[in-house]
Amino acid sequence: MQAEVRKQMLRMWRVGLLSGLALAAAPAHAFVAYVSNEKSNTVSVIDTDSWTVTKTIKVGQRPRGIDFTRDGKFVMVAVGDDDTIQMIDARTQAVVDSLPSGPDPELFAQDAAGKILYVANENDNTVTVIDLEKRARLGDIQVGVEPEGMTISPDGKILINTSETTNMAHFIDTNSRQIVANVLVDARPRFAEFKHDASEVWVSSEIGGTVSVIDPKKHEVIGKVNFEIPGLRKEAIQPVGIGMTKDDKTAFVALGPANRIAVVDVASRKVTKYLLVGQRVWHMAFTPDEKYLLTTNGVSNDVSVIDVAAQKVIKTIQVGELPWGITIAP
Amino acid sequence: MSSITTQDAPRGFSASEYMTCLTGIVWREGLRFLHQRERFVSALVRPLVWLFIFAAGFRQVLGISIIPPYETYILYEVFIAPGLMAMIQLFNGMQSSLSMVYDREMGNMRTLLVSPLPRGFLLFCKLLAGTAVSLLQVYAFLLIAWFWDITPPPSGYLTVLPALILSGLMLGSLGMLISSGIKQLESFAGVMNFVIFPMFFASSALYPLWRVQEGSPYLYYLCQANPFTHAVELIRFALYGQVNWISLAVVATCTIVFMIGAIYAYDPSRGLARRGPAGGEG
Repeated sequence: MQAEVRKQMLRMWRVGLLSGLALAAAPAHAFVAYVSNEKSNTVSVIDTDSWTVTKTIKVGQRPRGIDFTRDGKFVMVAVGDDDTIQMIDARTQAVVDSLPSGPDPELFAQDAAGKILYVANENDNTVTVIDLEKRARLGDIQVGVEPEGMTISPDGKILINTSETTNMAHFIDTNSRQIVANVLVDARPRFAEFKHDASEVWVSSEIGGTVSVIDPKKHEVIGKVNFEIPGLRKEAIQPVGIGMTKDDKTAFVALGPANRIAVVDVASRKVTKYLLVGQRVWHMAFTPDEKYLLTTNGVSNDVSVIDVAAQKVIKTIQVGELPWGITIAP
Repeated sequence: MSSITTQDAPRGFSASEYMTCLTGIVWREGLRFLHQRERFVSALVRPLVWLFIFAAGFRQVLGISIIPPYETYILYEVFIAPGLMAMIQLFNGMQSSLSMVYDREMGNMRTLLVSPLPRGFLLFCKLLAGTAVSLLQVYAFLLIAWFWDITPPPSGYLTVLPALILSGLMLGSLGMLISSGIKQLESFAGVMNFVIFPMFFASSALYPLWRVQEGSPYLYYLCQANPFTHAVELIRFALYGQVNWISLAVVATCTIVFMIGAIYAYDPSRGLARRGPAGGEG
């Protein structure tokens, strides 16, 4: 008990000190965040200095997965009902081109060099491989039913796709484009995230209410992160998006209709804190300096900003209808 | 050199004499507060019970909406914290006026009132002393609330101070005004019930006013007219480094009106504390 109080006091000093330092320091570098609004068919552009929406870009129908190209020149957004991936020029902030995905693209991942893009096509049970330089389709990989979560190992050799209905994480060799292993996880896996040191893959299960921790070499579930929020029904806790800090010490897990982000200590796999954000939070993105984490809250139509060091929600910004994905300029 | 100087001519008092009086009264009130440990404990337990039990129960009941000065979604306990801070001051204001009734019954008040300094100043000192005590209680509450994850920005602890002083003065002078009309300690309890509870519940301390408006527009107007609502909002905004100008104007005006009223009421030749045929103070 005393140790706990001492720890809290220390935290209090640290937060006070940090805030003091923050006041004294020059204003943080401003970044630009792009948020896909699934229902209003737009992408909201947020300035992270003023925390305001500076522009709303009209895109195709049902925009969901969104990411920057590695060179930071384009924003790719999967417009599911138009069966394509549109490219927004980050300079002019206008749609300039599109990429040939399969039907109903949802999430995608690119290799470290930014040359190959892998797209999960929800309605087609396939992953489409696209050459980003030629903007041409290279082929398809057959996966489970309703593929969604996509992540690639830091060395680019293993691609992981989760299929929502098959309840599996498929391990795909990027050279042979063949599935090398299937790992069964809890119901409705939505998202996968590698640790930066490639030692673990975290897969969130929306219905199962857990995050499975997988050893990517042994292809085994080696642990699970469980969530419990006092006063909330277990069914309301639906993990989706996962964000991990670069030092692999802290993970943030979006808990959907629980309206909270769980802060997880990666080493112990225990939740240390729950942060209240908007309604039905799904996806998130760090600013490149990792000072802030932005989350998309679908039902309340807003984006919450988390101060990563203080583990505190500092602001919530209104965007379009049903915000889904988010990416921040590198 | 035949002139004889008399002491009868009225003279002004030096600043140091005023200070002596002020420190004397504040010191006495502070000592009294520190010696009454149970008063300190009960002053803290009351808001903490609301925070730990009531807020925990209502956490899921209240709807989600972002209202100024908050910039994001907040838990219910974060919302009611400023209301509970104001509640501490409300109780404290009433309690120090209760102590005035007690002083009057016990005869201690005469010691205070025989001071040659202006009565208005004496009462103001008494108010300041009460407010200082309420500040101790509020900051002790904030310290405990910090461990309960009620963590306003660090600068908020400083910016809330002027708001707390003003609201403390308003609620203290209201208590003083009420106490002037009360002759016996026993009748004070009833007044507390008629003042504290309606003021506390018909305010924005426990629920946002837009929620009240949804339920009953009349109750909403009543809450808007309640000076306690504005004390709560003044504290709420100040805790987040902002000023709610309307609340500031209302609280400042009410403070002046209540204070003038209290000074008038405690004037033996005019006010409500006028000696009746069958007694008076003491």
